[in-house]
Amino acid sequence: MEHTHEHSPHLAHHFSEMEQQHESAKLGMWIFLLTEILLFGGLFTAYAIYRAWHPDMFYNAHKFLNIYLGTLNTVVLITSSLTMALAIRATQMGRKNRTIGFLIFTLLLAGIFLVIKYLEYRHKFEVGQLPGKYYTFTGIEGTNPHIFFSIYFMMTGLHGIHVMAGIGVIGWMLRKTIKNTFSPEYYTPLEMTGLYWHLVDIIWIFLFPLLYLVG
Amino acid sequence: MEAVPERSYLNEPKGWKSWVFTLDHKRIGLMYLFSIMASFLLGGIFALLIRLELLHIGGKHIMGAETYNQVFTLHGAIMIFLFIIPSIPAALGNFVLPQMLGAKDVAFPRLNLASFYIYVFGAFFAVYSMMSNAADTGWTFYTPYSTTTNTAVISMTLGVFILGFSSIFTGLNFIVTVHKLRLPGMTWYKMPLFVWGLYATAIIQVLATPVLGITLILLILERLFGIGIFDPAMGGDPILYQHFFWFYSHPAVYIMILPGMAIISELIPVFAHRKIFGYKAIAYSSLAIAFVSFLVWGHHMFVSGQSQYAAMIFSFLTFVVAIPSGIKVFNWLATLYKGSISFATPMLYAFSFLFLFTIGGLTGMFLGALATDVHLHDTYFVVAHFHYVMMGGTVMAFLGGLHYWWPKMWGRMYNEFWGKVSAVLVFLGFNITFFTQFILGAKGMPRRYYNYLDQYQPLHAYSTYGSWILALGFIIMAVYLIHSIFKGKKASGNPWGGLTLEWTNSSPPPPENFIETPVLKYGPYDYDKLPAEKLNS
Repeated sequence: MEHTHEHSPHLAHHFSEMEQQHESAKLGMWIFLLTEILLFGGLFTAYAIYRAWHPDMFYNAHKFLNIYLGTLNTVVLITSSLTMALAIRATQMGRKNRTIGFLIFTLLLAGIFLVIKYLEYRHKFEVGQLPGKYYTFTGIEGTNPHIFFSIYFMMTGLHGIHVMAGIGVIGWMLRKTIKNTFSPEYYTPLEMTGLYWHLVDIIWIFLFPLLYLVG
Repeated sequence: MEAVPERSYLNEPKGWKSWVFTLDHKRIGLMYLFSIMASFLLGGIFALLIRLELLHIGGKHIMGAETYNQVFTLHGAIMIFLFIIPSIPAALGNFVLPQMLGAKDVAFPRLNLASFYIYVFGAFFAVYSMMSNAADTGWTFYTPYSTTTNTAVISMTLGVFILGFSSIFTGLNFIVTVHKLRLPGMTWYKMPLFVWGLYATAIIQVLATPVLGITLILLILERLFGIGIFDPAMGGDPILYQHFFWFYSHPAVYIMILPGMAIISELIPVFAHRKIFGYKAIAYSSLAIAFVSFLVWGHHMFVSGQSQYAAMIFSFLTFVVAIPSGIKVFNWLATLYKGSISFATPMLYAFSFLFLFTIGGLTGMFLGALATDVHLHDTYFVVAHFHYVMMGGTVMAFLGGLHYWWPKMWGRMYNEFWGKVSAVLVFLGFNITFFTQFILGAKGMPRRYYNYLDQYQPLHAYSTYGSWILALGFIIMAVYLIHSIFKGKKASGNPWGGLTLEWTNSSPPPPENFIETPVLKYGPYDYDKLPAEKLNS
């Protein structure tokens, strides 16, 4: 890099060039994503252990998850990952209005995901398929069915919190786009947001078969 | 002696806002330093109270049994989560690491400041727990007790959860800084070993801390909503908690000791005026420790009912992780051999470290052996081992580093005579306090007990007397260090003759670290390549 972006207003004082700053941000973001995977890793471990201990119960309990809504949500989230990637592409091409459009579309899909999740949760609250000591449902055979719902709610709940955080950050990026912060030369925050959003998507891609497609 | 610089990071920019919102890694390091010293004082007072209660047999001398449980929990939780874990990386590391790399700052200065305020925020929760009805679970928060006790476990664990973010952000920042902000020409093998040590530490911080995070969240949910994951009555498993907890907390003891080793790797060549022996061996042994540390957590659970085959593998790996530590110790000794050793205060701490860490490490082997552990598990032997590694190791190294970089931080020298007096007192006090505990433990005194049998009385008393000598050493240190900030002799840019880059700038450094981009003339330990007159100056 031969000082092509000299005096860019986005270059922090302790970096010598934009390339170095961008690469640093990217490395930092990947490390952060790694910590996210380890955070979920604890729950995946708990899932594996309790499924190994109660295989029949897991099979019986998973039938009470709505596979159609789960599939729909998978499609919604994967599509939102696509629109997020397209938003970054549009910024690289310098097409601001397209970026705005794709970001709004991404936000919309994230919202739909949460609404569907809410509908699923509401149904479980109504019938008493709740975690631990709040579990009152009686129709599932096998040992300790409340454990399945403890794990279900913790995994999807933690994931849901990440979706909400994503909505906040994407909204912030939308604001920055509207205020002309980004250009084909500088779009690091937008790209980092994209990385985060894909991680949220990928975690769901693991949650969906583990919870909805047992057996 | 050089003129004291007119402008330094301490006086430019001015005003309290310039400190509260500073993005300068040196100022953030200093703010961390004050915070962790306050935590150290608090944790130390709790330690003195514990020892005072145990001075005589019978209990109920200065506190009741419930209070005693809370006090030893607070001592452990504060010392570990608020003091030792952030001590070297976040305080000294923040101050020194970018300077050593020839960088102007860490990669993410705002994240660095955020990590400090997250630390303060987390500390607030821990203090809240202390004020309301302090947790009495021990710093390990083992279930099922931690889910049933009526003390303030949630605020304490929430505090620790928040502190975890602070630790992760520091680690993340350091990894990226080391990768991306090294001075041109500073290859990996030209980096000071302090940087290698912090890099290995950062890897553990980043990979292990999230697992503690999710574990504590599960514990909090278990308390709040009875999710049953750790509750055997509901089909859950309390041993799973122990696995989760130690998956973090065993690597975490390496978060605590690796930076200490890293400081020793700086002190020994500087004060022996000799090129470090086995640079690459020391550098890679840090990474080896970081890697193997993830695979030994089961040695905390030899008597918890894990499978005996798992226990055998964990025991084997525990012996394996001792090898890189041994490599380091032998390399340090080889560096000292035929060196021209100066017994300045930082070097006294380095010697303390060598002596005490070796005892701590070797007694760890006793505990890692399956059969002896059954006898020694949960006795004072474990307490003594842990303190020899953490206090005899990390805290001694921290104090050595603190004295070593003190002139760089403040541009002032502390009183060398009182420095030596206090180093000797700390060393003596420490050994009197904790060596007795090895004997207590071997004789069967269980840890965390409020009362004890007649036969343990003399040893408990010696241990308590030792704690007073320790306290005296620390009081002297506090007095001369604080005095030196205002009245100390002016320090030159390089009072110890160090070759790493932080010694090429003025003391205290200018806000931007280096007025001109520094040039790498020597490797960090090239004492063999120095012209003779430079060595003696």
